Order: sequence, then C-alpha cells, then structure tokens
Amino acid sequence: MELTIEVVVFAVFAIITLAGALGVVLARNLFRAALLLLVSLFGVAGLFVLLAAPFLAAVQVLLYMGGIAILIIFGVMLTRGMVQARQVMNSQWDLAAVIALVTFVILMIVIVQVAQGEGAPLPSLPRGDVAADSIAQLGAALVDPAQYVLPFEVASVLLAGALIGAVYIAREDEAE
Amino acid sequence: MVKDALIQAGMNIGWATFIDLLLGVIVAASFGMVWVLLGIWIERKWAGRFQNRIGPNRVGPYGSIQSVADALKLLTKEVIIPRNADRPVYFLAPVLVVASVILIAAVIPFSPVVIGTDLSIGILYVMAVSSIGAIGIMMAGWGSNNKYALLGAFRVVAQLISYEVPTVLSAMIPVMIAGTLSMQGLVHGQHVWFIVSAPVAAVLFFIASQAELGRAPFDLLEAESELVAGFNIEYSGMAFAMFYLAEFMHSFFVAILFSVLFLGGWRGPGAEQIPFLGIVYLFIKSILVYFVSVWLRLTVPRVRIDQLLNLNWKFLVPLAMIYVIFMAFVLKIAPVPDLSGAQAIAAGPYEGVASGIYRLLGPDFVATLPQAGVLLLANVLFVVVAAAVLREVSRRRRMRVEDLVDETDYSGAGGAGGYTPADHSETAAAR
Amino acid sequence: MIPLWMFLVVGAALFAIGVFGVLARRNAIAILMSIELMLNAVNINLVAFWRYLTPETMSGQAFAIFVFVVAVAEAAVGLALIVAIYRRRQSVVAEDMNVLKW
Repeated sequence: MELTIEVVVFAVFAIITLAGALGVVLARNLFRAALLLLVSLFGVAGLFVLLAAPFLAAVQVLLYMGGIAILIIFGVMLTRGMVQARQVMNSQWDLAAVIALVTFVILMIVIVQVAQGEGAPLPSLPRGDVAADSIAQLGAALVDPAQYVLPFEVASVLLAGALIGAVYIAREDEAE
Repeated sequence: MVKDALIQAGMNIGWATFIDLLLGVIVAASFGMVWVLLGIWIERKWAGRFQNRIGPNRVGPYGSIQSVADALKLLTKEVIIPRNADRPVYFLAPVLVVASVILIAAVIPFSPVVIGTDLSIGILYVMAVSSIGAIGIMMAGWGSNNKYALLGAFRVVAQLISYEVPTVLSAMIPVMIAGTLSMQGLVHGQHVWFIVSAPVAAVLFFIASQAELGRAPFDLLEAESELVAGFNIEYSGMAFAMFYLAEFMHSFFVAILFSVLFLGGWRGPGAEQIPFLGIVYLFIKSILVYFVSVWLRLTVPRVRIDQLLNLNWKFLVPLAMIYVIFMAFVLKIAPVPDLSGAQAIAAGPYEGVASGIYRLLGPDFVATLPQAGVLLLANVLFVVVAAAVLREVSRRRRMRVEDLVDETDYSGAGGAGGYTPADHSETAAAR
Repeated sequence: MIPLWMFLVVGAALFAIGVFGVLARRNAIAILMSIELMLNAVNINLVAFWRYLTPETMSGQAFAIFVFVVAVAEAAVGLALIVAIYRRRQSVVAEDMNVLKW
C-alpha cells in the first residue's frame, strides 16, 4: 500500500485510540485513566473524520470531552481514596486476558474470512461519495416518520429517565 | 499557492495539501498570539478610563508595548512546580487550555476568501473545541496537588458545563435561520443581521458566552477577593501566562463569534468585491462587541455561585429551550424567502422604483426584510410574554416570602432556639 | 484510500481491550470506562460500514447517535449508582458489592 497522508493519519489515530484504551485498562491512577479515556475517544473522533462523518466527530468531542469525561472525573473525585489503588486488577485478570484475546482472535477470524470470502467481500473503496448536505439529511432522517422518529423519541425519553434517575440515586439523603 | 508550488515540485497531492493546511494553521494561530499583545493594552487602557485612571503609560508611546514587557517578564520568571504535582498532567493543562482557544481560529471567516477551513460543521466545531478547555482546567486543578486549586477547578467546571447549554441553544437560532452549520454559510445567509431577526438569541448568547469566558460578573473562577486565585494558584511564569493568554484570546474570539453569528460577520458595503474590507468590518464589529463585554466586566459586581447557577438553570436554559421551539414555529410561518426573483429584477433593465430600491440596497437585503420584520415582531412578542410570566412568578414568590414574614412572631425571636425571619424567608424563596 | 478491514481491526482491538477492562479491573469506575471503550468500538464499526457500504442513506450515523445516547445514559446512571454505593460502603471495588451474592 502506498504511504499517502491518509494512511499516516489513519495510523496515528488508530494508535492514539488503542494506546489510550490500553492506558485506560492498565493505569494505576484512576484520574489518569479518565484522561487516557479522553485520548482514546479523541482518536475515535479522528477516525470518524476519516470516515467522512465530521458531525459525529464533533458530537463525539462535545459529548465525551465536555460531558461524559467531566462526569467520570467528578465520579472519581467523589469516590476519593479510591483514586490510587494498591491492587488494580482482580484475581481473575489472567482469565480475563485470555477471554479478551479469544474475543479479538474470533473477531479477526471473522474479518479475515469475510474479507476473503467469495459472496460479498469487504470493499477497499467506499461506495460513492457522501452527499454534501449529509448533516441536513441526518437531521431529517432522525425526525422522519418513515425512518427514525420513533427510536429518536424513545432515546429522548430514555435520556430524561436516566438523568432524573441518576439525580435521585446520587442525591444525599436530606432527612438526617 | 504553496500547494501548487509543492505539487509542481513533484510532491504527492495529499502531502502538499497537508503542508498547505499546516502553514495555514501556523498563520491562524500566530494571529491570535500577536493580537493578544495589542488587545491587552487596549483593554487596560479602557479599564483605566473606566476607573478614572490613565492605565499603562510607561513603556512605549502611550504605554503601547507594556504587554510586550509583561510577556518578557513572565517568560524570564521561574516556573515553580509544586512538590508531588502530577507532572505530565500539570504541564499539559495550560497547553490544552490554550489549544482549545486557538483551535477556534481555524473556522473564523475573516472575509469571503480568508478562512482557515470552512468546515461543514463550523459552529458545532467551535462548541466542541471550546469544551476541551474544561478538561484542561480540571487537569490544572488536579495536577497542582493543591486542594484550593482542585476546589477552584470544580467551581469553574460546574460553571462552564452549565453555561454551555444556553450558549449552544442560542447559537442554534442563526443556524436555524441560515439553514447551515458552516461559518461562511452563516455569514452568507445573513442578508439582514441576525441581531435584528433574533435579538433574544443574541442577548442570550452574549450573557451565556460571558459566563463561559469566566469574566466578571461571572469571574468566580478567579474571584481574587474570595479565592486565592482559583484553579491556577500553583502556576507561575510562562505556565500562568498561558492561562492568561487563553482567557484573553477566548474573550476576543467570542466577540468575533458574536459578530459572525449576529452582526453579519465580514458583511458590509463592498466587502464582497474587496476581501480586505471584510477583515476591517469584522474587526470593527468585534471590537465593538468586545468593548461592551469589557464595559460589563468593569461595571457589574460579581455574582454568587448560587446566583450564577440559578440564573443558568432556572432562567437561561428554560428560556432558551422555549425560544428554540418558538423560533422553529415562527420560521415555519415566515420561511427564508426565495431571493432569485429579486436578484433577477436587480440584474435586469431599470424598470420603475422597485428595481431602483433593489439596486441601491442590494436585492438580497430588500427581499429578506419582510421575513426579518416578522421574526423581529415574533421576538418582541416573546419578550413581552416572557416578561409577563417572570413578573407573575416573582410576584408570587415575593408574596410567599411576605406572608411568611407576617406570620412570624417576632416577640419570641432572638431566643436560643429561635429562628431569624431572614433564614425562614430565604428557605421559602429557595423552594 | 484505507480499506474497510483496517477500521474493523481497530474496532475489534478496541472492543477486546474494553472486554479485558470490564473483566479484570477492580474499580467500578474503571469498569464503566471500559464499557465506554466497547461502545466506541461498536460506533467505529457502525460508521465504517455506513461509509463503505451505504453512504447514500443515513442509517449508520443515526445508529451511532443512538449509541451516543445510550452511552450518556449509562454513564450518568452508572456513576450515580457508584457514588451512592460509595457513600454507603466507602468502596467502589466491584468485588466488595456482594450483598446479592451467595
């Protein structure tokens, strides 16, 4: 394969993603794990840009950096004393490593098989370009009764329910 | 230009584009840095006038290179690192904060042709990038290994996250009217300035973005008279200067952003023909907006943290949400007009008064006026209704407080177990 | 252009790392973060398939957005639970949460 700028960018983002992810699961310090999670998710946002989905990339950064990461960091701080653990892994970590490895190998086998299969092999080139107004299309698709309006509404109800529930659970008992 | 030269020199197109973009990034980033030196001087001069002082007047003519002297001083100062600081986090924090601000410059349309890159998600990109700053502040608070820094960081992050909601919601309104997220598209869609079509959004955006910046009256992150210094207490020398730089640049970029969203960006007489005029117009508008923000900063006293959060969650967020829905309906009633007819009349032969007006004021502007008028009326209606609701709510709240005060038997108060009426009314108001 | 399988490999690796984190970490917040990694691995695959197979419809991106929503809901509720448990038991180690265990 030719070493185009695209390949280099892809490699950089893939390495950022995977190295960050490894950092998350291996880091001793929980705060650093949260920061590495951000690094990893930033890499994923980069991959989205390469996949011609800039809207998702921006939402990824806005949502994870501005939302979930801050939430997790607040969670880390609220459970202080747990930030620096003596023992990071539990007793079955070796088994877990085997399971994770097996998962990866199985997924790889599937990918290799499909990539070389006769029926519909994985394309190496995308089918056509993304429409210039893809963001407008996405917005319309989400509120189109023929497409995703029902899942969209259900998702919004789920969010509202989850957030109210979260506030209720995490609230300190006032009657004391 | 660079790109063509590189391609002619036999370079791969992809790499040539990359280097071209990289140069653009360096230019755009340096613009911010250089502007800061001048801008800080201007702001200090204004502050001096506001407070009946002269302001910096020692270094250079009218003190104009005072900022350079300050920057040199900060550069030569020792950077003191607290013991047990989380070093990588501690040093990455200011970098991240500055980067989050400089990255905004990439999508600012300075003129019809001068723009870093006209992303199709322009304004969303701005919001996403500026949310990285909160992480930087959190890292600064944590990395310093200082409880006051950490507490300061918590306050800042609570403020930034909260005010992101009304900022994004009010920035949605121009997007809805122009029908695009791209910054250049927002400017092109603004035949009549959006501050006329959507004044409520402009005011909401201005207030919320001032709080995002963390400048007075929302400067709880620094609050030098209450906290020692907030999250950046352990930073000194250049590391501190970077936070300062980021804050200043951010406030100016927000002024530019306001001009782009609501004041027509680079639009102005002759801007499309002579791109340089566009830069001048944008700067004049931004400086005006910036002046208002400095004016506010130097005049209004600081709010308390509970007032700050109440203002956001109980006032700005509900108002912005209702406003977005309201504007969506209004835009259905008064959609963006089709401009081709007016353009044809203006381009065609001279026939009567109509084509004269079109030529004089520009066909797009005149053809959009009726829609802008309807939107403006709708906004006025919205403000009237909102004010009536607010008056009613606060009247009820006040009555409840007054009732409580009347019921209280003052004769027994002052004893050991007695409560003060003030306490009671405050809890009632909080409910 | 990058072939589709390279994105899938990144997705698979990210998912496997997430699986390891969920199974091996003791701290419940770390487990939550690993779940976020797995959700992101799914998102990479969704968007990659969308880009290479059906770029003319918006299905892949729409599903990715629903995954975002689920991720946010999960993070909010999960962290609320962890904070509540920490108040009660002064621990966020998953092994210590054993009241329902027999």
